[in-house]
Amino acid sequence: MATQAVKAEAVVTSKRPTLRERLDLGNGYTPYLLVLPTVIAILLIAGYPIVNSFIQSLQDNPLSTSPNFVGLQNYVQVFQSSEFHSAVAVTFGFTIIAVFLETVFGLGIALLINTTFPGRGLVRAAILVPWAFPTVISAQIWYLMYNDRTGIVSYLMQQVHLLPRGGTLLQSANGIILASIITDVWKTTPFMALLLLAGLQVIPSELYEAAGVDGSTKWQQFWSITLPMLTGPLLIALLFRTLASMGVFDLLYILGGNQVESMASFSYNYMFTRSTFDFAAGVTASMVLFFTGMIIALLFVLWMRVAQR
Amino acid sequence: MAVKEQVSAATRISTGTEKSRRRFPWGKVGRYTAVVVIVFICLAPLYWSFATAVKSGLELNASPPTLFPHTFSWENFASDFALSTFTRDLLNTTIIATITTILALVIGILAAYAIARTKFHGKGFVLGLTLSVTLIPFIAMVGPLFVAFTGPIPIYNTYTALIIPDLVICLPITVWFMTSFFRDLPPDLEEAARVDGASRMRALWTIIVPLTAPGVFAAAILTFIAVYNDFIFGLTLTADEAAQPITVGVSRFAGEHTIPWGEIAAAAVIVTVPLAILVLILQRRIVSGLTAGAVKG
Repeated sequence: MATQAVKAEAVVTSKRPTLRERLDLGNGYTPYLLVLPTVIAILLIAGYPIVNSFIQSLQDNPLSTSPNFVGLQNYVQVFQSSEFHSAVAVTFGFTIIAVFLETVFGLGIALLINTTFPGRGLVRAAILVPWAFPTVISAQIWYLMYNDRTGIVSYLMQQVHLLPRGGTLLQSANGIILASIITDVWKTTPFMALLLLAGLQVIPSELYEAAGVDGSTKWQQFWSITLPMLTGPLLIALLFRTLASMGVFDLLYILGGNQVESMASFSYNYMFTRSTFDFAAGVTASMVLFFTGMIIALLFVLWMRVAQR
Repeated sequence: MAVKEQVSAATRISTGTEKSRRRFPWGKVGRYTAVVVIVFICLAPLYWSFATAVKSGLELNASPPTLFPHTFSWENFASDFALSTFTRDLLNTTIIATITTILALVIGILAAYAIARTKFHGKGFVLGLTLSVTLIPFIAMVGPLFVAFTGPIPIYNTYTALIIPDLVICLPITVWFMTSFFRDLPPDLEEAARVDGASRMRALWTIIVPLTAPGVFAAAILTFIAVYNDFIFGLTLTADEAAQPITVGVSRFAGEHTIPWGEIAAAAVIVTVPLAILVLILQRRIVSGLTAGAVKG
């Protein structure tokens, strides 16, 4: 028919789709407009400062009106600073131990809550309490409890001879790190527990029933069913917690001040509490922290890819 | 199938319990001990905050500390509220958290709707970008923000200075939550509305959002708590009670000679107890929201 012939001609002679037509997958431009505020906000408010921090870390006096580019000189300086070495050691030690403990305890609590028993609701409610404390407020309450004379935690530790009379965890660098770990584990284990609980609840119960029929013990079921099926959520939770722990600031600011610094509080001290000449070192340290975090995130993503095979 | 029937039969005989629960392997005694220990450890610091807050004067300095308060007084609380910077800080935090939550929800819901209900290029990019914000150490952002807000964009020490970074750290929460909830929603009702002539936006705000109200609620609470928790942006981008949040205000409590532990503990109670009550009342929504988000993520 005539219209069909016209249509056939139109198909034969039509051009390649333009960019505008390629973008439109059936909903027009609306989707792009809808996500635009989110994308712009993130690129502008998070992306720009990161890029700018990096540029500042390559400059001599970034706060002045005409800064000089000095390449990686700041990085060399920072990497040679023993104070920075300590901060790195503190950060890594804190992260590894705290994340390990949070994961183990969190898994235990998740396994517990995943069963039914009287008091289950009480546990589920109680573990939300540490989470309701703002981080820095919990740091200050724990600081109070660690006090050498009036602190209840110090008193109890003295009673069981973990500390000498009148002693406190806060009197030594290692003690401060340990105190930070304890406080952090208290605060974030509930969060890990909830994430892992989500992962546990997805595991089909038929798997356990079939294994039970086959005669395997609870231990065997844990290792051969629970853990493998939990790997996905576990790795995701580990990634977030590890990066968050590396950036630890509030805790070390309150408990460690200038004496024991994490990489983040080191950066803060150099950027804001010292002379303007030290600002560059602080920014550089924060960039080292950022890049370290990116590398670790990359490693985790690779691990997750491998684990999914 | 025969196997499945065998399995169900075995289950009914051996456990006799509902099929969706695992037995905790250490028996009843271990379980109840664990419950007691967990509940005690979680609540002890809250108790200690309260106990310290109601002690007064000499008892606060008692060494060794008294487990139960001998004196009972509200003077630390009164002293906190009498402090104009304290009440101002509380107001600051409330305003900043509320505005940030509303903004994060609106922007996040728009993006979540696009991701869950429409097709477009770059979905993975948007989701990945939103997720990557959670991997950034905030200290790496504060330098340029400080320079910007004390220079070309002079909003240092104002609410806006905090709302801006707080908004960005909350977008991952709202975007991921609402995307997950929207995806779970059957499209029938909104399609019916659109057939009747409603625009996409109207369908979104009058049908989808009310239907996912529990999710919106959970996202709102988590966002509010996240902003409440902020310390580093408040510390670096404000100078005094004009805009400082309560977290920063309490850290600036320390006097010249002595640290006012009674007042600090009272402040901790004032700040935490409303949050704790809010969290406990809404715990079902929060837990289901967190677990749903985690599983989908």
